[in-house]
Amino acid sequence: MSELKEIIISSDKIHTDQYLVNMGPQHPSTHGVLRLLVQLEGEIVHHIQPHVGYIHSGIEKMCEAISYPQIIHLTDRMDYLSAHMNNEAVALCVENALQVEVPDRVKYIRTIMDELSRLASHQLWWCVMGMDLGALTTFFYGLRDREHILDIFEETCGARLTVNYNVPGGLMFDIHPNFQKRVKDFLKEFKKKLPEYDQLLSDNVIFRERTNNIGYLSLEDAISWGVTGPSGRGSGFSCDVRKHEPYSAYPLVQFQEKLDTKGDSFTRYKLRIDEMWESIRIIEQLIDNIPEGDYAVKMKGVIKLPEGEFYQRVETARGEFGVYIISDGKKNPYRVKFRSPGFSNLFALNKMAAGHKIADLVAIMSTLDLVIPDIDR
Amino acid sequence: MGFNIYDFTEMTHNMHLWFLERMSPAMTTVVEWTIIGVCYLLFIALFGLFLVYAERKVCAAFQQRLGPTRVGYWGLLQTIADFLKLLMKELIMPKSADKFLYNLAPFIVMIATFMAIAVLPFGKGLQTMDFDIGIFYVTAVSSIGVIGILIAGWSSNNKYSLIGAMRSGAQILSYELSVSLSLVTMIIFAGTMQLSGIVEGQRDAWFLFKGHIPALIAFVIFLIAGTAETNRGPFDLAEAESELTAGFHTEYSGIKFAFFFLAEYINMFIVAAMATTVFLGGWMPLHFGSLESFNHVMDFIPPLVWFFIKVCGVIFLIMWFKWTFPRLRVDQILTLEWKYLLPINLINILLMCLVVLTKFHL
Repeated sequence: MSELKEIIISSDKIHTDQYLVNMGPQHPSTHGVLRLLVQLEGEIVHHIQPHVGYIHSGIEKMCEAISYPQIIHLTDRMDYLSAHMNNEAVALCVENALQVEVPDRVKYIRTIMDELSRLASHQLWWCVMGMDLGALTTFFYGLRDREHILDIFEETCGARLTVNYNVPGGLMFDIHPNFQKRVKDFLKEFKKKLPEYDQLLSDNVIFRERTNNIGYLSLEDAISWGVTGPSGRGSGFSCDVRKHEPYSAYPLVQFQEKLDTKGDSFTRYKLRIDEMWESIRIIEQLIDNIPEGDYAVKMKGVIKLPEGEFYQRVETARGEFGVYIISDGKKNPYRVKFRSPGFSNLFALNKMAAGHKIADLVAIMSTLDLVIPDIDR
Repeated sequence: MGFNIYDFTEMTHNMHLWFLERMSPAMTTVVEWTIIGVCYLLFIALFGLFLVYAERKVCAAFQQRLGPTRVGYWGLLQTIADFLKLLMKELIMPKSADKFLYNLAPFIVMIATFMAIAVLPFGKGLQTMDFDIGIFYVTAVSSIGVIGILIAGWSSNNKYSLIGAMRSGAQILSYELSVSLSLVTMIIFAGTMQLSGIVEGQRDAWFLFKGHIPALIAFVIFLIAGTAETNRGPFDLAEAESELTAGFHTEYSGIKFAFFFLAEYINMFIVAAMATTVFLGGWMPLHFGSLESFNHVMDFIPPLVWFFIKVCGVIFLIMWFKWTFPRLRVDQILTLEWKYLLPINLINILLMCLVVLTKFHL
């Protein structure tokens, strides 16, 4: 008996230290220059401290020195996968401040472009989600379909990623004559391809095992950390700006805000796939009914906002994106603040991943769909 | 010295006599071993390059791309160009690495694969060592490789490498059980551990067809466990690049990295060759009991060709796994082995014993 006691006591003295691992700034799964200071015990993650700022480009400060139409060009560079939505947020903010009513045609085209961007963004997210879990083939399936959307963008806006299509008061130019036909062709094709995504990844038993009941985020945590977008809706946080504060043509279309209360990795994954179906639905309702009219209202050469504070939020592919402008009546803003979804979502990572394995940390991080320039503005 | 493409026994025997006539027995041994060694080196280098090329083409096909097309016809010289590049690269060693072990690790991995390849029967009489305990030898020797991986992970003085190495250790030690037990099932059926004997036993029908359900189960388990043993496919935890950058070989560069790389592919070949030898009839042609003319046509194809067709088939299957499935987590990998494969395997051995005892297969 005394021997056993001794063993227990001596085994108590074995010092099993937790150790720190720097995941990043250069790491394949952080998809950019994000640094996570991870406290590990063997394979188990105890604590994650994200360190941001490696590609901080001072966009908010730069905005103070430039005019409002120029700010739009900078917003492309933040969340480059939701470039059009970011543009739209600034454009809407300026329009609301000046109380300019844009033509219906603009609203329709903006909404269609929003949803196309959302589709492209979710496709890329799906690619890297598979890749983070080791299924490398998904990467090329997703990119294959995304290419068509980028081609449509290129034809209409002249750019594939940083589209710069919005200006205060409307759009930079009208849609390309082929636009409607190409979008319809793409949707027809993509509706056949989207079930392939499920066959390849969602229905895979290994994938289910890797994501089911992993990375739980409760509704309370989602709200208190400000987790928005599909990541927040996976925990039951109804936060779709398109529903709650509809802008552009969203009040006119029928679509569902996909919600689930399970709050695990698979739910967040599933919601994004569902959101792709909803996006297709929205585009289908709008694409044939684009009204005739001007593609922009005539604005003054130099746009000056009235004195005051203005806020506009939109739903990007990652969540709620907000633009907060303080104007002192000059041609450039006094102060600009962007509320980026990635920043808030990232810091909930510790809540979700603590207690899981390193491999799960990577899986959970990819369900958050982080874009690093969105975090480091 | 007749050259018979269907039976190499006579040829090798004559070669041996030819050497004996001209030099002392000791010298003969040295010369023969040198020739065999050079042959294996050439084979490993060339087949390794071919496998890398095949992997790139197969993966490209799965991913709806073309793969390498620029260097040589259909990109055939691409892998050679890649290896030349690796040869010319600077060898970087971490400052605080354990120098001796760090340099030793790639060689241990390579030596393990070299040793395992020595007993594989490529054709009739085309086998360097024909031990009585051939299968036992292969399983024993192929598990030396994990020591190399563990040393590599430890000596690099990198946390990612160490995690990768520990994962690999846990994984290979567990899956070694499944590989051995599924082979034991077939040993019970074949009644011998000698690889040439096992191949001879499949003259009329391959064990996969002859061995009823137990052989089929053993084959599936062998494929799963074999894939895990080579650190490939859904079991590539040790080098999971999205989690551990490159796992145990994070700190290796140039030709030392190439050694690990080549060893992985040759290990894949060994697993495929073992599956071929034990389940798919080795170099034996495909025979159906009563179809005489069909059997004659099949006999016309040389055994070496048969062997490589089967090996490439199995390798294609293993590549298919890799490019389709997501990676498992470390605890899931151990659960799969200890909770599913091992019990199934043990029951399967009992089943096989019953089949053999009741002479159900005859």
